[in-house]
Amino acid sequence: MSKDMKDPVYVTDQLIADDIDAYLLKHQHKTMLRFITCGSVDDGKSTLIGRLLYDSKMIFEDQLASLENDSKNVGTQGQDIDFALLVDGLAAEREQGITIDVAYRFFATDKRKFIVADTPGHEQYTRNMVTGASTADLAVILIDARQGVLTQTRRHSYLVNLLGIKNVVLAVNKMDLVDYSAERFYEIVSDYSHFAKQIGMDSFLPIPISGLKGDNIVSHSENMPWYQGPSLLAHLEEAPISDTAMQDHPFRMAVQWVNRPNLDFRGFAGQIGAGTVRPGDAIRVLPSGKTTRVKSIVTFDGNLDQAVAGQSITLTFEDEIDCSRGDVIVQSDQPCEVADQFESTLVWMAEEAMLPGRPYILKIGTQSVTATVTEPKYEVNVNTMEHMASKTLGLNAIGVVNISTDRAIPFEAYAENSDLGGFILIDRMTNATVAAGMIHFALRRSQNIHWQAVDVDRDAHASLKNQKPAVVWFTGLSGSGKSTIANIVEKKLHALGKHTFLLDGDNVRHGLNRDLGFTDADRVENIRRVGEVARLMTDAGLIVLTAFISPFRSERRMVRDLMAEGEFIEIYVDTPLEVAEQRDVKGLYKKARSGQLKNFTGIDSPYEAPETAELIVNTVELSAEDAAEKVVQYLLNSSRN
Amino acid sequence: MSSQTATDPSISQETLTHLQRLEAESIHIMREVVANADNPVMLYSVGKDSACMLHLAKKAFYPAPPPFPLLHVDTTWKFQAMYELRDRAAEEAGMKLLVHHNPEAMEKGINPFDHGSLHTDMWKTDGLKQALTKYNFDVAFGGARRDEEKSRAKERIFSFRSANHRWDPKNQRPELWRQYNTRKSKGESIRVFPLSNWTELDIWQYIHLEGIEIVPLYFSQPRPVVERDGLLIMVDDDRFPLREGETPEMRSVRFRTLGCYPLTGAVESEASTLPEVIQEMLLTTTSERQGRAIDHDQSASMEKKKQEGYF
Repeated sequence: MSKDMKDPVYVTDQLIADDIDAYLLKHQHKTMLRFITCGSVDDGKSTLIGRLLYDSKMIFEDQLASLENDSKNVGTQGQDIDFALLVDGLAAEREQGITIDVAYRFFATDKRKFIVADTPGHEQYTRNMVTGASTADLAVILIDARQGVLTQTRRHSYLVNLLGIKNVVLAVNKMDLVDYSAERFYEIVSDYSHFAKQIGMDSFLPIPISGLKGDNIVSHSENMPWYQGPSLLAHLEEAPISDTAMQDHPFRMAVQWVNRPNLDFRGFAGQIGAGTVRPGDAIRVLPSGKTTRVKSIVTFDGNLDQAVAGQSITLTFEDEIDCSRGDVIVQSDQPCEVADQFESTLVWMAEEAMLPGRPYILKIGTQSVTATVTEPKYEVNVNTMEHMASKTLGLNAIGVVNISTDRAIPFEAYAENSDLGGFILIDRMTNATVAAGMIHFALRRSQNIHWQAVDVDRDAHASLKNQKPAVVWFTGLSGSGKSTIANIVEKKLHALGKHTFLLDGDNVRHGLNRDLGFTDADRVENIRRVGEVARLMTDAGLIVLTAFISPFRSERRMVRDLMAEGEFIEIYVDTPLEVAEQRDVKGLYKKARSGQLKNFTGIDSPYEAPETAELIVNTVELSAEDAAEKVVQYLLNSSRN
Repeated sequence: MSSQTATDPSISQETLTHLQRLEAESIHIMREVVANADNPVMLYSVGKDSACMLHLAKKAFYPAPPPFPLLHVDTTWKFQAMYELRDRAAEEAGMKLLVHHNPEAMEKGINPFDHGSLHTDMWKTDGLKQALTKYNFDVAFGGARRDEEKSRAKERIFSFRSANHRWDPKNQRPELWRQYNTRKSKGESIRVFPLSNWTELDIWQYIHLEGIEIVPLYFSQPRPVVERDGLLIMVDDDRFPLREGETPEMRSVRFRTLGCYPLTGAVESEASTLPEVIQEMLLTTTSERQGRAIDHDQSASMEKKKQEGYF
C-alpha cells in the first residue's frame, strides 16, 4: 500500500477489540440505505465505489494483496492502488455476452449498511439503470469536473427522476484534475440546476469530490476549504430512507399468501407497502370493497401492537371475509383506486418490440392480470427529452401509453406509492420480463363501463341450437388452402344441421378491419378484433370457422385465452412454402417476390407454426375434401357435436 | 418473546434496522415462491447460512410450518456434528428432511482423497440435479449471498435453469422493485436466493440476535487436525488416510465455513462464543471462502460450476 493512502476511518474502531458485546449492541441499531451510482466508466464510478468499500474496510487482506498486485500489473494508477479493480472484473463477462444488468455491492459504517447498485455497460444502460434505480433510496450522479454536464448526465438524471428517486447527489468528481477550483464547481452546479428544473427534479445536493484521492468522500477535504457541505459518506449516513417516508401514507398491503395451517387460523401474509397498521384498525379489501377490522398482527416473535411500511407480517381479521393473493388490504377510510385502464410510462426491456394489442401479463402488487397496450402516445428521447410519435417501443425505449387490463385492479399513482404503481410486463410465450411500467393515473372512462348482465346467457343460446359452440381456427400460409377447406367444412356441418358462421380473412378486411394494413402491429389488431367477434358468436351459440394466416403464436394464444376451455380448436393447414408459392392462387407471392408487396408472410414476414395445434392437415398428402372430412370428424368426436 | 428479536418494533418506531429490512425482504421472497411454485424445496447444507435461511422460513410461514421439505444433497463426507444438527433442526421446524446420495458416487466409492474435483462434481453437482429431477422440484431455495465473491455481485435473486439444470447467463430476467417474475416454461426450474443482500456480518449478527443454533464446529475447541497442503484438516473419522509422517494433533481450532471435512480448512482460534467469533471475523484478514479447497482450482471456478449446475 502506498504511504500517502489515508487510513480507513470506519469500522476498525477499537470497540471491536475492546468490547465486542458493546459493538454488537451498537450495530444492531444500524439502518440500511440502498443507492445507485450513475455515470460512465470515464466518470470514475468504479473508483468511487472501490474507494467506499476500501474506506469502510470491506476489503480483506487477501483481497488487498491481490488488489495491490493487480494495481501494479494492470492498474491505471502507477504504483498507487487502482480502486476500480475492486469492482470491475465484469468486463470479461461482458465480452462473453453475459447479461449483467446490475451488480450489487455492500459496505457498512457505524451508522448504516449500504447496498450500492452498480450498472455497468453502455448498450443496455437504460434497462440496467432503471432496474438498479427501482430499489434505490438515493442516487449519486457522477460528473467529470473537466467535462461538466453531458448528454449522458441528462439521461441519467431523467431516469433517476422517472423512477421517483427523491434524494439526488450530484457528485462532481475528479476535482483534483481541475485544481480543486470552486469556480468550476459552481459553474457545473449552475448548469445542472437549470437542467434539473427542466425535468422537474425538485432538489439535489452537489458535492465536489475526488474518488481517486479521497477528497470529501469520508471526511471534509482540506483541499477544498471553500466547500462547507457534508462529505459524501456523511450525507449517505443521514439521507432519508424510502420505506420510512412511506409510513406517513395511508395503510396498504398486497396479500401474498393466505396462511391456513388449520381450521382455526386464517392469516393474510404480505409486506406492508405503505402506512402503519394496528389491531382494531378498520380495513377494506380491494377490489371487492368488503370491510372488517384487524384482529391481530401475527409474527413468529409474537403478536405486534403496530407494524409499519417495509415489514413482512401476517394479519388476521375480525370477520370472515373473502381475501386472497392479489387483493390489497387498505385503510378503510382512505382506500386506493380500482380501475382497468391507465396511462403509464413504459420502459421497454426486450429485443422484441412492444406491439399494441398484443396481450402481456402485467404483474402489479401481488397479482398478475392480462394487459394490452391500447394506445401508444409518444416515445421520449432520453437524450433530449423530446416527445416523438411512435406506435411501438424498441429495446431501451421509454414511452407513454394507455394500458388496459382484463380485470379491475387496485393501484396508486407511481409517484405516490411505487409498491402499487410500479409493474412489470411479461411476455406470455417466452415468460421474459419485457417492460417496467409506472402508472400515472386511471383513465376516467374505465370507471364508467360495466358489464351488462344478460338473462339469456351463452348456455341458453347453445342449448337451443343443440350444439356446443366452438371456434375452429384455421392457420397457415397464404395459399395453403385455409379458406377452401373451411368452406367445405362449413357445408358439411350445415348439412348436419349445425349452426355455423365462416369468418374469412379477406372478407373481414373489406369491412370490420378495412382500416388495418399489414405491419406487425396491424396484424395483431386484426386478429384481436376477429377473436373478439368470434367470441361474441360463440356466446350466441355458433360454431365459428375462421380462415386467417394469423402468423404469430402470441395472437393465436390470445384468441385461445378469450374462449372458454375446450372451445378453441386450432387447425394447422400445413403446406410448405414452395408448394403454396407454386399454387399462388391470388398471384400474391409473385408480387411479394418482386417487391411490390411488403410484409408478406413467408417472404419478408415470419410465420410461426403452431406447437400445440389440435389438428394438423397436410395439404400435400390430403385433398381439400379429405382434409375437410378429417376436420369434421375431429369436431364430432371431440366436442360431442 | 425476547425483546431483542429483529422484528421487535420497540427497537425503533420510525426506521427499521438493517436486519429488520433484510429479514422482511427474505420473508417476502420466500412467500412469493410458495404462492407461485408447484413443488418448492429448500436446499439445506447445515452451514450458518442454511441455519439463517431455515430460521427465516419459520418466520415467513408462522404459525404454519414452512410448506416445503428440506433437501440435503449429501456426500457422506460431512462432519459428524453436521449430521447431528441437520436431523434435529428439521424435526424442530416440523419439516420433512430429504437426504440424497448420488447412487453412482456411492457405488464407485467417490471420495475427496482419491478423486479430486470429481468428488464435488459427482456428489454435489450431479447429486443435486438427480435429486431435483427425482422429486420434480420446480423451485429450490439456496443460501448463496452476493457478497461471497466478486462474480456473485450480479446474481439475480430468482435464477432460472433449463430443463437439464444449466444456468444460461444470457437469459436471466431483470428484477425491479419487489416484482419477481416467477413464470417458467415447461421443464425450467428456478433457484431462489433469499439471502442475496445479506453480508457475512449480517448473518452473524442475525444469528446472535435471534439465538439461532449453529453447528458447534464454528466455535473453537481442541480438535484433532493434520496440516496438509497449507490447510489444517480435521480428522473427523477413521476414513481419513494419514500420510507418512502425519499424526493428528490436538489444536484449538474452529471453522469459518463448513463442507466436506477433508476439504475444509480450520483456523486456529480461541473464539469459543458467538461474540468472540464475530469479533474474530471483524478483525480477520482473510476472506471467507479461502478455507474451502474448491475455489483454488481456478479463479472463475465458481462461475463454471454454477453453469454446470452446482448451485
